[in-house]
Amino acid sequence: MPDLKQRSLEVYNWFEARLGLGAPLIETAEHEVPANTASWWYVFGSAATVILILQILTGVLLALVYAPTASNAWNSLQFLDHNVKLGWFLRAMHGWGSDFMVAIVLIHMVQVFLFGAYKFPRELTWIIGVFLLLLTLGMAFTGQVLRFDQDAYWGLGIGASILSRVPLIGGPLVGLMLGGPIIAGNTLSRFFALHVFVIPGMLLGLVGLHVWMVLRLGINDWPMPGRLVKKSTYQREYHELEKKTGIPFVPDAAWKDAAFAAAIMLAVIACALWFGPFGPSGQPDPTIIETAPKPDYFFLWLYAVLAYLPPALETPVLFIMPVLGIGAMILLPLLSGEGEKHVSRRPAAVLIVSVLAVSLGVFTHLGTYTPWSPIMNAWTSDPIPVAYLHNRTPLEREGALVLQNKQCRNCHSIGGEGGLRGPALDAVAGHMTEDQIIRQVLQGGGNMPAYGNALNPSETTALVKFLTTLRGNDLQPAIDASRHLALNGEATPATTSGH
Amino acid sequence: MTPSEQLPTTDHTRTDPAVETAAETTKDPSIAAGHSRRVFLFKLALAVNGLVGVVLAIPIVGYLLGPALKKTSGENSWINLGPLSDFPEGETRLVNYRNPITNEWDGQTGDIPCWVRRVSGDTFQVFAINCAHLGCPVRWFAQSKLFLCPCHGGAYYADGSRASGPPERGLFEYDHKVSNGTLMISAGRMPTLANEAKTVTPLTQINGSPAARLNAIDQPQPRCSSCQT
Repeated sequence: MPDLKQRSLEVYNWFEARLGLGAPLIETAEHEVPANTASWWYVFGSAATVILILQILTGVLLALVYAPTASNAWNSLQFLDHNVKLGWFLRAMHGWGSDFMVAIVLIHMVQVFLFGAYKFPRELTWIIGVFLLLLTLGMAFTGQVLRFDQDAYWGLGIGASILSRVPLIGGPLVGLMLGGPIIAGNTLSRFFALHVFVIPGMLLGLVGLHVWMVLRLGINDWPMPGRLVKKSTYQREYHELEKKTGIPFVPDAAWKDAAFAAAIMLAVIACALWFGPFGPSGQPDPTIIETAPKPDYFFLWLYAVLAYLPPALETPVLFIMPVLGIGAMILLPLLSGEGEKHVSRRPAAVLIVSVLAVSLGVFTHLGTYTPWSPIMNAWTSDPIPVAYLHNRTPLEREGALVLQNKQCRNCHSIGGEGGLRGPALDAVAGHMTEDQIIRQVLQGGGNMPAYGNALNPSETTALVKFLTTLRGNDLQPAIDASRHLALNGEATPATTSGH
Repeated sequence: MTPSEQLPTTDHTRTDPAVETAAETTKDPSIAAGHSRRVFLFKLALAVNGLVGVVLAIPIVGYLLGPALKKTSGENSWINLGPLSDFPEGETRLVNYRNPITNEWDGQTGDIPCWVRRVSGDTFQVFAINCAHLGCPVRWFAQSKLFLCPCHGGAYYADGSRASGPPERGLFEYDHKVSNGTLMISAGRMPTLANEAKTVTPLTQINGSPAARLNAIDQPQPRCSSCQT
């Protein structure tokens, strides 16, 4: 045994004499860090790096089988899922790995923001981190395109339509993105090149810089309320802290990183095993239009925002908000590079994170069930509840038929079933008079199309008669006070003479 | 050859630092004398590299920007959608066509659907499948006479005008014409807000009588996938 040990030491020394990397690497790993940085809060950056490595490994393995052409990509994914041993697991790992990576990069960013770690001297580390976030999102979007299914095809259509709104150069930008006049083979090739060569190259380069700066500038010391960052004194204080409380990064601090990274990897594996790979959904055939395209999870909030913006605001918001948002993130450390780090003394930071988290959460949640979308088959699949047909006249029942046939259910729910785009109709007569219902049906308005051309007079009469019977739990019908007066003859002056 | 033969027989690669520094201190003074000449040559070499870079950049930028600089009118051409008898009056039907510019490896993505509405006689409207909001495929509902978009709920009336929802405008319409009993549309590029389906100027400008013009345009064009007519 000592012979073997001696042998391996000799081999190591042979390489070390030529490479000279071992000693500096060991020195770097064992460099002293302030003891208070060995925290479970400081494990997200290393976890993101570990997932990046997982993505590269699984990505290379997927590329061995994937065929990046519009005519074959979808088939090659089916082949991976069903004909290649454990191909489905590889796809699932890569897909879930991407979701975990976006999530952990976001958590890392929030943690760095709340701990004030972006302040002097780590401003540039933060700025590079902003670009790493954008590149990670770029990987997520381009990866979703490579899954070249229906969602990917129409997702590209959405991307092209957004780009086409850029003033002046919108048209050329669309051409640049699609690589041709339509979404086709060239488009997929472009996104393949971006996803496999361009963005990963930039990502790896910037991750290298990011880590280098963490090593050079030290891990952010644990913030304490009242301990302010001053450019003149910070680095001296940090080195004193390092000298006084320093512990070797490996293993005293790094064991937490390693443990967390392992937990995250186990979580990715568990999700991949349990939930399997994402899609592919239907074939990327634009002639199959019976589809409701939807982006992947991390872009659902954007999908929801695009549904709720008023038409006139959409283009300005689409192009001004990202510039403001990214600009603010880049400028943040430059404008607030000194001062308080502790979150208890930075209420604005807490407010910003809370507002952003709640908005993104709400929009993402809305994106999961898209209440703004008509349900295209509701009119043939959801029947009128039997209770709503009891004790109705033949005309009113005919109206219920009209309601079904004219696809009102695609946007309006009755008895809890149907679209959510328009209001539920269960109690419509409780707040609209017959006249108001007629007007609304024929002329539309308030985000409802006019049905004057789609209904003949008898259909309209029947439909409105049926709608006036819908009063929820027997609410009083809505009445028009002026009509009541008109029916009782001219308004009596006596009622107003008191004034 | 065994692996051991490939290795250097002895480990002499580690140089003695003392030897290196000794060599430095006894540097030939004539080496320093040529310093400014070598600096000049280095700068000259850099300049040549810069020139090479510029020369290389021209084709690279042209290659990258190629798809962006094509004119819309160059990509649209007249496509036969079929005989008029395929389109009953008063109905709106989904018709698929093969995009005039496609590659062999485009597969199904080269097949583009569109909505054809025959109002009456020779009066047609041909709508793009793409919603004017964000390009999702709109569906026609004959009973309520509406086009509905599944993505964000854009709605359009039978004539393509905006009914409700996030779109700012009506559906994109293709230029069309009826000739020799068939319906033809001018298409080729995905319609977006920056590039509406309609071409500003007619694609083919042939002077002469209207009949001659139509005949010249309406020669049956080969529908092969790779030829760019």
